[in-house]
Amino acid sequence: MTQLPTSTDKKLGLVIDLDTCVGCHACVVSCKGWNTENYGAPLSDQNAYSGAASGTFLNRVHSYEVQPPEGQAQLIHFPKSCLHCDDAPCVTVCPTGASYKRQEDGIVLVNESSCIGCGLCAWACPYGARELDAAEGVMKKCTLCVDRIYNENLPEEDRQPACVRTCPAGARHFGDFADPDSNVSILTAERGGMDLMPELGTSPVNKYLPPRPKDTSTDIDILAPYLTPVAEDGQGFIGWLDKALSAFPGGSK
Amino acid sequence: MHPAPSVIVFTTFSGLGFGLLFWLGLGMPAPTGMTAFVFFVLAYLCAVGGLLASTFHLGHPERFLKAFSQWQTSWLSREGIAAVVTLLIMALYGAGLVFLGAKWSVLGWLGALGSLVTVGTTSMIYAQMKTVPRWRHWSTPGIFVSFSLGGGALMAGQTTIALILLLVAAAFQIASWVIGDNQLANSGTTIETATGLGHIGKVRAFEPPHTGTNYLMKEFIHVVGRKHALKLRIIGAILGFAVPIAFLAVGVTHLTAFLAIASHVAGVLALRWLFFAQAEHVVGLYYGKR
Ligand code: SF4
Ligand code: SF4
Ligand code: SF4
Repeated sequence: MTQLPTSTDKKLGLVIDLDTCVGCHACVVSCKGWNTENYGAPLSDQNAYSGAASGTFLNRVHSYEVQPPEGQAQLIHFPKSCLHCDDAPCVTVCPTGASYKRQEDGIVLVNESSCIGCGLCAWACPYGARELDAAEGVMKKCTLCVDRIYNENLPEEDRQPACVRTCPAGARHFGDFADPDSNVSILTAERGGMDLMPELGTSPVNKYLPPRPKDTSTDIDILAPYLTPVAEDGQGFIGWLDKALSAFPGGSK
Repeated sequence: MHPAPSVIVFTTFSGLGFGLLFWLGLGMPAPTGMTAFVFFVLAYLCAVGGLLASTFHLGHPERFLKAFSQWQTSWLSREGIAAVVTLLIMALYGAGLVFLGAKWSVLGWLGALGSLVTVGTTSMIYAQMKTVPRWRHWSTPGIFVSFSLGGGALMAGQTTIALILLLVAAAFQIASWVIGDNQLANSGTTIETATGLGHIGKVRAFEPPHTGTNYLMKEFIHVVGRKHALKLRIIGAILGFAVPIAFLAVGVTHLTAFLAIASHVAGVLALRWLFFAQAEHVVGLYYGKR
């Protein structure tokens, strides 16, 4: 069914904290691992042991350099998986009904046995969250680990997405955005959680927390004053040593 | 976007086929017997051949029947239904002309309408994509419909109409280039809105998420072919429009009609290649590419 539900009972999704993500790619690996062994077709690799390796992933981590008008550039690691959009364009374009958004919790899924692998849903997704598996010929996307979060065979603490469970920095949070008191709603409200490409009208459920402002104080540490170089242009013994060492082959002038 | 040969062949030939069916349906011309047979075979070869080509890039073509189910939201589904219904109607209409020498006009008009709707739905598959600003514009249906009707008229031997429609098609094509070249910039979608980091400063893609390529880069980021875009635009416009228009203007014989059609098809293939190769998908922004 490619008609989107007018509203969903729950709005399950992720908060991704761009301030704390360290870019370790652990979520990428755990996502690939869990989703290769569980729900649906495995995530294949092509030419994995050659110089031209490629493969299917449901979660990838980009890194961006941001240059403010003044001061130092910042490096920001940027994990990206399906945002489980409320107005998911990937669902409505699907000709077969393989793509759907669940009424009960808002998760966007692909019924792989109905998918003809036309790729149109991946065209419609602005975020690059869908990849056609080259071995299986069906569309793969983040399932929000639907086979973990409700899985009573797993211990309670493991009933959350693999990427969230794995992240060593605590940069990914899972919860219900429909509940204003949930962890994810509170984080979003407190930290100014934002939508990606809001102008495209997809109404993503997942929110991104912007990096906190950098410390502007020039005192990096109370010990800093003691660590400044003793003499920039050495006099006396230091000056002589500097000249003598510089005279060696390879010495700096 | 990746200019997949199957999609280029599909849109070009099914466009021509349904264009020819449109004019046949209107009774322009309305041949009977063997002549009708040749016209209809040609139209079905183009239309059905194109549709078959489009299944080559599917991961699971054997499940194609499912693709007729989601007409309420999906343009691709609507296109499939429109194409099949039109082909069935026109087969009946054609059979009347070929075998009975009977012209069932109402059926023909329905088939003509169906042909128009089919080409329209094809164009909407592209024009609906908010993710490809160049396509999301009235010029996309304009190109598809005018190319189809113009090329169809050319094949149907409707000299004057073909001449006018090819001029219209050329105008749509030029408009789409002039407007399309600025569509991404005007869309307001940038690497800053894609990452939400614009409030800090200028964003630059520093390190991609993977060392090799992937589905997204192969499918959506096609930079290589774009450097010859201007040359291809000129070649496509000359072959697709200027040459056939010149032939039509000086008067057609069997030979020049054939040459005009051959040149037009070659031109449209080149222009369709560009239609895909030049289209920028916003996901490229995440990779610092377009
Ligand atoms: S992120 Fe992409 S795949 Fe996921 S729901 Fe939104 S549009 Fe669909
Ligand atoms: S690739 Fe599969 S899920 Fe995506 S639009 Fe086509 S049929 Fe639907
Ligand atoms: S929720 Fe599950 S499927 Fe989605 S990115 Fe995380 S690990 Fe992958």
